[in-house]
Amino acid sequence: MPLLDTTAIRADFPVFEDRGLHFLDSAASSQKPRQVIEAMADFAAHGYANVNRGAYRLSVSATERYEAVRDKVAAFLGAGSSDEIVFVRGATTGINLLAHGWGSLRLRPDDRIVVTEMEHHANLVPWQMLARRTGARLEFIPLGEDHRLDLSGLDRLIDEDTKIVAVTGMSNVLGTIPPLDVILAAAREVGAFSIVDGAQLVPHQPVDVSTLGADALVFSAHKMCGPTGIGVLWARPERLEELEPIEYGGDMISTVTRYTATWAPIPQRFEAGTPPIIEAIGLGAAIDYVEKIGRQAIADHDTELTRYALDALGDVPELRIHGPVDTESRGGVISFTMADIHPHDLATILDQHGVAVRAGHHCAKPLLEILEVPATARASFYLYNTTEDIDALVEALRDAGEIFGVI
Amino acid sequence: MALEELYRDVILDHYRNPRHRQPLEAPDRRAEGVNPLCGDEVTVELKMDGDRVVDVAVHGQGCSISQSSGSMMSEAIKGKTRAEIEAIAAKFHSMMTAEDETAAGLDPSRPGAVLGDLEALQGVRRYPVRIKCAALPWTTLEEALGPAG
Repeated sequence: MPLLDTTAIRADFPVFEDRGLHFLDSAASSQKPRQVIEAMADFAAHGYANVNRGAYRLSVSATERYEAVRDKVAAFLGAGSSDEIVFVRGATTGINLLAHGWGSLRLRPDDRIVVTEMEHHANLVPWQMLARRTGARLEFIPLGEDHRLDLSGLDRLIDEDTKIVAVTGMSNVLGTIPPLDVILAAAREVGAFSIVDGAQLVPHQPVDVSTLGADALVFSAHKMCGPTGIGVLWARPERLEELEPIEYGGDMISTVTRYTATWAPIPQRFEAGTPPIIEAIGLGAAIDYVEKIGRQAIADHDTELTRYALDALGDVPELRIHGPVDTESRGGVISFTMADIHPHDLATILDQHGVAVRAGHHCAKPLLEILEVPATARASFYLYNTTEDIDALVEALRDAGEIFGVI
Repeated sequence: MALEELYRDVILDHYRNPRHRQPLEAPDRRAEGVNPLCGDEVTVELKMDGDRVVDVAVHGQGCSISQSSGSMMSEAIKGKTRAEIEAIAAKFHSMMTAEDETAAGLDPSRPGAVLGDLEALQGVRRYPVRIKCAALPWTTLEEALGPAG
């Protein structure tokens, strides 16, 4: 499988004018191409006005462009209608909206919320708090020995008491892509509200909600070449009908009297206040950019880099990979530790080689407890990464090993 | 300063063989410090005789900078009075924030003459995000000692 034309792609990203930068932290946030930066700057300079207010042309055209991005997102996800697309601040906000606007009103004591043992805090803490508010129980699909989910107890976990099943589309620590089809089918069978945290998945793989089998999907623009401050909640129309707004104010109402108010239609009722309009334009440009390169091509590129990296890292003495060591059902996220070198020490040494990796608990502390490490270093790949980036990582790791006297 | 110097033998020695790591049986003062950003943890326990630290334990888990800093600190403060410890802490603080060795109050011709092993940590000031790691045991010590008087 040929790799992407990274020379052309890197030329689109001003940050890579620094030739010495080996950016391997896209799982935290991706870099931004010129196309996105310029689209936002141009809109802010020449096209900007608040939306949904306009008696004047500039506001009308800003509203049209904002809503055109909603259409673009709907097409990008394979949604049946643009009304299924809610703009939110990011994946975290989308999950919190579902937990408060659906879960708080519908869960009863002893109902069950099911997540996996490899969730990001964003898809864990909102459910912990929902369980505390409602008396529902939070339970976990366990991680197996191979760093993949153990589905052997799924029948017991997902039954008629299960009201919510929220699962990551791809682990931000292990890279593991769970068998979503099996889990979502089990949720569907018992009528549970099924939610996919697509923060890692959507920027890296083709995702089509018409065949995904979930009730809702969230993702953030900033991990997909887009700006911070905007993300998407997609949900089935019947689920959005069940969802109550949790933020009130301008733009989300239909009529307001002194003591009462009625809600605007879906999806506007979930978008109180002036939305991130410039960021929405950036998200639209990011989708154009990613679609031009092709999501399957990006996924294949990730896979090839992962294969290359697993091979190369496998040859580094004292290096331990925390995650699947093959490319089957796995994305371009590789966590590792090296002998007794603390990941922060590793990251500092790697940084001196221009290699940017994340070190820490990756907002997944319960998972790291299972892995029995306080922290890991993590390299993650995206469409602009090359095998040279991985070679630089390996060389820097050997240097770290020598400095610490472990190799 | 090169990385080799940052992670010079002194730091690695204290990281791999931390001093005064054994928890005290009945400490008079105790404080726990944590850096929520990176998860480094340090516990400081003190046995006091008046305002003198007669025994000390520093234990925890984290990177080589935070853990070696705690180990070096334990050696530097054992047997010292509060006033002496505050003077050492002030020198350590200025070493971590100063422009260079001389400004830091160190003597470049005699390494270790002013702050002993702790001087090995001066390279950390080139890595701003790591200064917090080096400072963690000291802020925890401050909490354990509590307000003077």
